[in-house]
Parts: sequence; structure tokens; C-alpha cells
Amino acid sequence: MSALEQSAVADRGGPAQPLLSVKGLQKHFPVRESGALPWVKKGPARKVHAVDGVDFAVAKGETLGIVGESGCGKSTTARLIARLIDADQGSLVFDGEGVAEFGGMALKDYRRNLQMVFQDSFASLNPRLTMEEAIAFGPRAHGLPAREASARARALLARVGLAPEQFGGRYAHELSGGQRQRVNIARALAFEPRLLILDEAVAALDKSVQAQVLNLLRELKEERGLTYLFISHDLHVVRYFSDRVMVMYLGQVVEIGAVEAIYGAARHPYTSALLSAVPSMDPANRTQRSPLAGDPPNPIDPPAGCRFRDRCVHARAVCAEQAPRMLPLDAGGRHFARCHMNDLASGYASSAPAANPEAVQ
Amino acid sequence: MSKPLLSVRDLNVRFHGERNASALNGVSFDLAEGEVLGLLGESGSGKSVTLRTLLKLHPPARTRMSGHIRVGDTDVMALQGRALEQYRGGMASMVFQDPGLAFDPLYTVGEQIVETILAHERIGADAARARALELMERVQIPQARRRLDAYPFEMSGGMRQRAMIALALACRPKLLLADEPTTALDATVQIQVLLLLRELQRELGMSVIFVTHDIGAAVEVSDRLAVMYGGRIVEEGSVADVVQRPAHPYTAGLLASTVVDVPRDQALPAIPGAPPDLAALPPGCAFAPRCAHASAQCREQVPALQAMEGDERHRAACWHALLQPAHA
Repeated sequence: MSALEQSAVADRGGPAQPLLSVKGLQKHFPVRESGALPWVKKGPARKVHAVDGVDFAVAKGETLGIVGESGCGKSTTARLIARLIDADQGSLVFDGEGVAEFGGMALKDYRRNLQMVFQDSFASLNPRLTMEEAIAFGPRAHGLPAREASARARALLARVGLAPEQFGGRYAHELSGGQRQRVNIARALAFEPRLLILDEAVAALDKSVQAQVLNLLRELKEERGLTYLFISHDLHVVRYFSDRVMVMYLGQVVEIGAVEAIYGAARHPYTSALLSAVPSMDPANRTQRSPLAGDPPNPIDPPAGCRFRDRCVHARAVCAEQAPRMLPLDAGGRHFARCHMNDLASGYASSAPAANPEAVQ
Repeated sequence: MSKPLLSVRDLNVRFHGERNASALNGVSFDLAEGEVLGLLGESGSGKSVTLRTLLKLHPPARTRMSGHIRVGDTDVMALQGRALEQYRGGMASMVFQDPGLAFDPLYTVGEQIVETILAHERIGADAARARALELMERVQIPQARRRLDAYPFEMSGGMRQRAMIALALACRPKLLLADEPTTALDATVQIQVLLLLRELQRELGMSVIFVTHDIGAAVEVSDRLAVMYGGRIVEEGSVADVVQRPAHPYTAGLLASTVVDVPRDQALPAIPGAPPDLAALPPGCAFAPRCAHASAQCREQVPALQAMEGDERHRAACWHALLQPAHA
């Protein structure tokens, strides 16, 4: 076994301990006011609430799907977890160890255990490296001898279905989108990571190729005991691929639960709306009405109270006054939603309906 | 059937340059008045090229085209100069995938719609502006009067796509060409735009060609579907026929790999291999190298579209169609 694999964190807490827990993750980006005219008085500083207090845990060996409209913070969450950007607040615990905190796990070790695959397969590969070099680059940077790193790269190429003698010497522009995404997956596996973040990793692929890559990801997961964070806007694919689903809206988690609970018995009005916006595949039963009007709202200065209330058919006065809490909805404590309708103590039942111009009646 | 609004016969398009590519290889289809045709295919299948050819948008120096395109009584292939300008936007107009790129960023949306109307019709600027406002209201843009004076960057993606549709409808075209108009939008906005397109088509009685790679979106708006592969139409028919009784193995594979109700513990039925290289198409059926049913005949001869049993208008180009041919 090489030095690289020895330094990877072996399973410690057993299957009951979550692989990753995320607590109170927050990231606000300042809005840059245009400073072209210095005599124009600037308004108060505004902030994009990209991720605003996100808590969740990922169990070992599970696939957690993350869904939501653009601007809901799903990609920012992924980048915060991968520590590609620094969080304003919040903590990450990886298999029982705090990440990059006193007495915890070093950032370098954390990153080796977590890898990411991005949507744009071309932009994520260095155009001046051959595919074999691209895969071997990371392990070499972490101290694996060149010969071993190359051997590992060739084995991984073969594993993702690309013959090393044919593809090892090629450059990124000489591959199709599906082949490039296979290389990106191989590169992510080069560290023997335990957690893979797939950020719209199959979104840019044609349907027939997308199915091949999804099958590959499933096989690799079983083979290597991987855990996936699967970010996608394709709700059919998320349903097929995930064990649990987390729904985000304007920087917050609004519902999380097992895939059957989310798709079968959603308890947040936003989740229901999102799911019914999927085009019907049955020509005799086409969609008659759009579940939501208008565009996803701007994450700059989101509304007080419930953030979804402007677009919600069920909104009442209490929704503007109080921000709903994340509440458990089942005995097992696996299904949670952030909506006053599920909270008897919220006063929703006795609250007056809100006048809501944007909601579809 | 009465005389179709659009009729395309044996259309071939080849691009020349560093690489030569046969983008379209003998495409023929008809579109009736008031009909919506969904053109379905993956990248490189020729669906967008077909639309652009209908407006003659390809650079003439690098494109070789042959075949016939007739819209109403107009022979599109023969159009030149002023007549071509009048045809584009007047008779047929296009909604592009990325409205952020299709609008000029330096002019307001209203100015661009007014300019289009004035270029085609002899009416005053005030009348043109009134029509622009009416169009903006028609595509359900809230506060339309204010949005007329907005620049494209001031609008959200969904709003810009509505404005793009308003621009395309400015001169009351008989044929609307929509090139992946909802692909860049969120699901919640996509369904709004799809419903809007369906409603406008019904009200205005236009014919529409809707190009997409998303079967669900195509099913939502289309009357008929045509599936393209390797620059050819491989199957066409009513939406129900194509989606529920696919005759071409490629259509069947595409439907199967579109995850809808695959049990979670099963592998997806994926089509092996990759889409064909348009610079080096095989001599026979372009799908043969990926097809489980392929025979020697498939690798040598290109199959023609032929009617399938049950519905004369359901046609597939396959030597081993999954349904019985009507005249076997």
C-alpha cells in the first residue's frame, strides 16, 4: 500500500456515525456597488445571502441529492463543503473529526478524502495535459512516485471504460463530452476519496451518454463504498439516483427526507411546486397550469419571515412575521420541513390569509 | 391533408472548412398550418441546423446546401437580398436558446421590437410602439409598459425569453422556429414558457417547429414529433405514437435512457457508444454501430422512412423496425 493510501482516513466511527456533518454553514457575498462615478452616493451595503444557515448530515455510503432553482445556494454549499471558498460561519465534521480546527483533521487530509466533479467537463481539465497526466497529477503532487502515479492513472482510465493505450495520450479537446466526464471521474478517484461531490456532473451530457455515466457512478459507488453528494436540476435523475433528497430555497434547506418521502409525500409547498413543474411524459395528460408564477427571487436581501411566502399559495399573515423552523415530521427523525403549516405552535391555523399577487391560485 | 405551410424535400447541408461535416443528409418533412412539430435529437443530430437552414442563416461561403424548402408559395432556397430580409421575421421567425445573446445589449427591449416592426411594415413609430406594448402584455410580462424601456441585462432569464418571444411575434409570422427556447431556464420557469408558447400558438394559429433534446418539453407542446440522428430524420409520427410505440431502436433507446420510472436498484438501459462523427458518417444507417439489431444490410444501405402498421403517418427509417411496416 502506498504512502498516499495510508494517509487517507480509514473508517473510524462505524456505520452509525455520519461521514460528513455540516452545521450552521453560512456564506454572504457583498454586492459590489458600481464605483464608476465616485460622487454618486452609495446606498447601504447589500449582501447576497447565498447560503444562510445550512445544517445536514450525510451517512456513510448514501447518496444525498440536492435540488433547487438557480440561485438557491446548492452549488455554493458544495463549494463551501469542498473548502473551495471559505465559509463566514459554520463547521464541518468529517467522520467524527472537525475539519481544519484545533485538534481536528488537517485541511490537506480532508481534501484528499473529498473530491468534486463539475458540470463543465472541458473547463475542468487542463488543456495542456494528456489524460494520463491529468489523472496522475494530483497523486504526484501528494508525493506518489511518478511511475506509480502513471500506473494508477492507467488503471483508473481502464476502470471508467477508456482504453489507456488509446486515450491516455490524448488531450481534452480530442475527447467527447461523455469521455471527458469519465476522465474527470477517474481523476476524482485517484486519491481513493470517501466522499464525491457531483455538481451537475451529468447535466451537460446527451441523454444516451448520461445514462452510461450514471451507471458507471453507481458501479463505482458499490465497488468502493463511496458516498455521494449529488447536485442536479433534473428531478427524474435525482429520484433515480439518490437515497435522500435535500431541497434548497434562497440559501436555506426547506425540506430534507428519504427520496420516497420527498417525491411521495412532500410537506413543503415549494417542494410540491418544484416537483409538479416537471414536464409530463404523457401526451394525453399534459400540464395545464404552472405551479409557480414568476422567476426565482433574488438572493440579495431575501424577505423576512418565510422566504417562500411571496410565491406560496398557502401564505398567511404569520408567514411574514415569523421565520419557520425546521421541524421533524416522522418518528424516525429522517423527514424535516421548514413550513408553518406543519407546526401547530406557529399559529398558522388561526392566521389570516395573506394577499399574495404572485402566487398562482 | 390540405397543402402544407412548410414543405422540405431532400435537404442536404454540408459545412466546409478545417473539417467537412455533413450536417443534414436528405431531410424531408411537411408542416401543416397551425401544427406544432417537435424536432428531437441529441447534440450534432442536425436539429438546430435544420432550423437555421429554414431561415438561411448559415454563412454562404462555407456552406453547401441542396434540396427544396417551400413556405406557403415562397421558394426559400431562391430568396436573396431584400426578399430574404422580408421573409426572415416576416413570414418565419426564430426564438433562440440564449436570449441574453440574441438581444443587442445597447438598446432597450422596446427599441428592438419597434425597430423590427418598422423594418417590415409601413406604419408610424407610435403605432409600432403601441404594438410592442401589446406584444409584451401578450407574453405576460408584468408591468409591460415599464419593461419596454428596460435593457436586456435588467431582466431575468425567464423574462428575457418572454421578450424574445414577443420580438419573434412582432410581425405576425406564420411559422415560428423555436431553438431550445427553454433549455437554459429553471424547471419552474420552463413550464411557464412552455405553457405560454402553447397558448400563443393556439390563439395565433401559427405553425411551430420546436427543437429540443428534452422529450418532456417536446411532449408538452407538440402535435407531432420527428426524431433526428446523424443529420437524418429516423422516425416521425404523432406524439403518442413516437413516445408510446417507438419504431426505431434509437427512439426506443432514447426513451429508455430518459429516467422516469426506472426502479432505483436497476442499472439504466443506456445506449452504448457515442453519437456519430458528422465528418465521417458510416455508409449505411448512422445508428448501426450502436444498435443491438444491426445487420450487414444496416451497415451498407441507408434505410428510407417508411410507414408503420397502424398509422400511415407514423414512419421510421430502419431495416429492422420494432413495429411491422405497413406494406411488408
